[in-house]
Amino acid sequence: MDLTVIWAFIIAFAVFAYVVMDGFDLGIGILFPTLKVGQGRDRAMNSIAPVWDGNETWLVLGGGGLFAAFPLAYAVVLPATYPLIIAMLLGLVFRGVAFEYRWRDPAHRPFWDAAFFGGSLVAAMAQGMTLGALLQGVEVVDRAYAGSWFDWLTPYTLLCGLGVVAGYALLGSTWLIWKLDGGAQKHARWLALRAAIATIVLMGAVSLYNIFLNAEYAERWLTAPEIYFAAPVPIITAIIAVSMLRAIGTDRNSKPFWLSIALFLFGMLGLGVTMWPYVVPPGLTIWDAAAPERSQIFMLVGVAITMPLIIAYTAWAYWVFRGKVSDEGYH
Amino acid sequence: MLDFLDALMLARIQFAFTVSFHFFFPAFSIGLASYLMVLEGLWLKTGRQIYLDLFKYWLKIFAIAFAMGVVSGIVMSYQFGTNWSVFSDVAGPVIGPLMAYEVLTAFFLEAGFLGVMLFGMNKVGKKLHFAATCMVALGTFVSAFWILSVNSWMQTPTGYEIAANGQFLPGPSWWDIVFNPSFPYRLVHTVMAAYLTTAFAVGGVGAWHLLKDSTNLHARKMFSMAMWMAAIVTPLQIYAGDMHGLNTLEHQPQKVMAMEGHFESHPDGAPLILFGIPDSEAKTVRYAIQIPKLSSLILKHDLDAPMAGLDTIPDDEEPPVGVVFWSFRVMVGIGFAMLGIGAWSLLARWRRKLYDWPWLHRAALVMAPSGFVAVLAGWITTEVGRQPYVIYGLLRTADAASPLDAPAVAASLLAFILVYFAVFGVGVWYILRLMGKVPHVGETGVKRGDTGPIRTAGITPGPTQNPGHDDPLPADKEDV
Ligand code: HDD
Ligand code: HEM
Ligand code: HEM
Repeated sequence: MDLTVIWAFIIAFAVFAYVVMDGFDLGIGILFPTLKVGQGRDRAMNSIAPVWDGNETWLVLGGGGLFAAFPLAYAVVLPATYPLIIAMLLGLVFRGVAFEYRWRDPAHRPFWDAAFFGGSLVAAMAQGMTLGALLQGVEVVDRAYAGSWFDWLTPYTLLCGLGVVAGYALLGSTWLIWKLDGGAQKHARWLALRAAIATIVLMGAVSLYNIFLNAEYAERWLTAPEIYFAAPVPIITAIIAVSMLRAIGTDRNSKPFWLSIALFLFGMLGLGVTMWPYVVPPGLTIWDAAAPERSQIFMLVGVAITMPLIIAYTAWAYWVFRGKVSDEGYH
Repeated sequence: MLDFLDALMLARIQFAFTVSFHFFFPAFSIGLASYLMVLEGLWLKTGRQIYLDLFKYWLKIFAIAFAMGVVSGIVMSYQFGTNWSVFSDVAGPVIGPLMAYEVLTAFFLEAGFLGVMLFGMNKVGKKLHFAATCMVALGTFVSAFWILSVNSWMQTPTGYEIAANGQFLPGPSWWDIVFNPSFPYRLVHTVMAAYLTTAFAVGGVGAWHLLKDSTNLHARKMFSMAMWMAAIVTPLQIYAGDMHGLNTLEHQPQKVMAMEGHFESHPDGAPLILFGIPDSEAKTVRYAIQIPKLSSLILKHDLDAPMAGLDTIPDDEEPPVGVVFWSFRVMVGIGFAMLGIGAWSLLARWRRKLYDWPWLHRAALVMAPSGFVAVLAGWITTEVGRQPYVIYGLLRTADAASPLDAPAVAASLLAFILVYFAVFGVGVWYILRLMGKVPHVGETGVKRGDTGPIRTAGITPGPTQNPGHDDPLPADKEDV
């Protein structure tokens, strides 16, 4: 396996880690208006306050890693999706400060709650649409984006945006099932069921659309021998979806959350099958966009040393704040 | 009329605006994280309540500043690609890895331990909590290390090769890239700047509360600690700034010419222009007040040393002189004002009236925001002084931008301006409000909210608001 492939996997891992980790806290933002003012919202917020910053750091690793390992991809995709990226960043500003501000200023708490919701929604939508814009293809001439202003705005990208919003809501609600109890947990189950159905429907729709989007994608999914590698992905995804729906309905605590992560994992794998080996379809493969070997090696040393440590202390931080939120004694 | 506002200019304004805002917060949180580490360490060592109170008092402020630093920083990490895509493509192989190291070694460290630092006081042991605080402080420093290495490489690029497709590639040694010639100076000067910024902010808050009640022990403690920092670090900072300037003279002479306002060459000793109005059209400094030969003395340690001026540089390689000239003077002026406060505080200690000299407290209050201004002015000197290049001598700013149209950049710039002023303005307001609260015994830290009483003790009325009279250990009084 060459270094470029290893780097493609590292970036994919960072993106996946980001999507599931910030996914559940963005999801809680998206669901915020449906939670009860007062205890309901406060507990939901408390369940993520100690970890959201760490979750969001994976986004910086995704972006920074792309810059470092595939600079050309970074230089093409960001101008191509400029308005989406700016919207995402501004959304993240609003929701990020809301974590502190809403406690500092009870009089304006409804406003910051709205900022938390709006920011999370915009960020999730923009991320989904960026993914869609990437999948539908980006025009590149002479190492630069050559498309026009609104290429990123199509029914397909909107569909992807909604899919990600629903998916994050699913992660958020299943996290709440795990972290809350009593009536609040019941409410979370109610939300999770709806989010799960929406996610499954939208995931299916995006997958079908993919096949019609691009002959190459279709070939990948529908002809032999690729189909033998590709087919298990949707089948396993379907199995996961069914068991998740059942787990949400019964009184399992953490299982729905883990299953929704598994659902995302398989969604990601499907994405990989679709895109491989392009980093910016239809023209740039990972090798076209890769940084030189010296850069790859230098960073690989860093990743090899730090990644296990990062995972260890992140896990520790989650462990410190384990358990139901309401179990904790404050003050 | 607005012709000059083309897509390039808008992108430059946008970058300058967002990075300036971003840097405000790290300038504070780098220093504050270390201060919190010291406070908690002292608390563990001495067991005295006052340190814990101060720790919790500043922790609440830190939490807000840090949140603003994080969200504005995430914006920065995408700005290279959105607005400087050519730069990202050609320089990515060299600086991308350094920024990746920043994420891996600094951002994760900060973010991973921040939750425990803010909310974990009762969940982990004291020592472990202190370790978390240390990790956050270490993270802020490591973050500065990498990003300043990146910035310094753009100022004084070394250790690269240029590929056939125009990309900069790393040479055989990463050491040459990371430790490029201006990096050590910039790192030392910037980190000390962050410490001074924090010291003056803390000192200003202490002074404010001393002016209202000079017996408040908590205010005394923070004022005293801040003034020690001011007295000790300011001279070091001025020395470091001087060394930094000498280094710049060696590697980026145009920048120093602009800082000094030297339009002409001076074959036998250049004057130090204290003030004046640089006029780039006429290539002269009007109404200059100058001291003959001093500039040669400072920069070359020889009164008669010849100094080249901007007349030796082609016009299209000159940085804008006015901005650089003035921002440099603002920074240096503040540096000397800080020195003055530091010296005054030593005098006050010696005369045993550190806590009872309202004029000193007023002066410290006025100086509270000075670090922020100096930091900004310093960065403007640095960044504008390297124009017209992004990668000094190699890649022009004009050639580095993304293929975006002006209206797109104008819209995003407007959005950034509106959102930043609103959101960060409110955040600064919350910080000021927290600073306005009297530090007292039994401070509460940052708490995750609950259904119970309002979580900030500061808002709780009544006895908890009582200033620090009843510190159990009045020994503090002698503690000058
Ligand atoms: C509290 C903040 C602060 C204070 C009091 C000073 N500086 Fe400074 N200065 C900075 C904060 C700063 C900075 C923001 O950190 C800069 C911007 C880039 C850098 O490396 O440091 C800077 C840059 C900077 C540069 C530009 C270097 C370059 O771009 O190549 C020079 C020559 C000096 N400083 C010199 C001084 C001198 C002679 C000072 C004495 C009074 C001084 N500074 C006080
Ligand atoms: C250390 C990290 C930094 C990096 C990598 C960096 C990089 C850049 C880049 C790429 C540009 C745009 C191109 C240009 O106009 O030259 C720029 C411009 C600028 N930056 Fe920085 N910067 C950094 C820190 C800062 C900080 C902390 C400040 C201010 C507080 C600052 C102030 C400015 C200003 C004022 C400009 C506009 C200069 C001009 O266009 O005339 N920079 N910088
Ligand atoms: C263009 C330049 C810059 C970029 C791209 C950038 C990027 C970022 C990012 C992504 C974060 C958030 C990290 C997190 O998620 O926890 C951040 C925070 C931070 N940055 Fe920057 N940064 C830049 C300039 C600077 C400079 C010049 C310094 C200091 C010398 C600095 C020091 C810090 C620190 C200490 C933090 C931690 C958050 C805080 O303390 O407020 N950054 N930066």
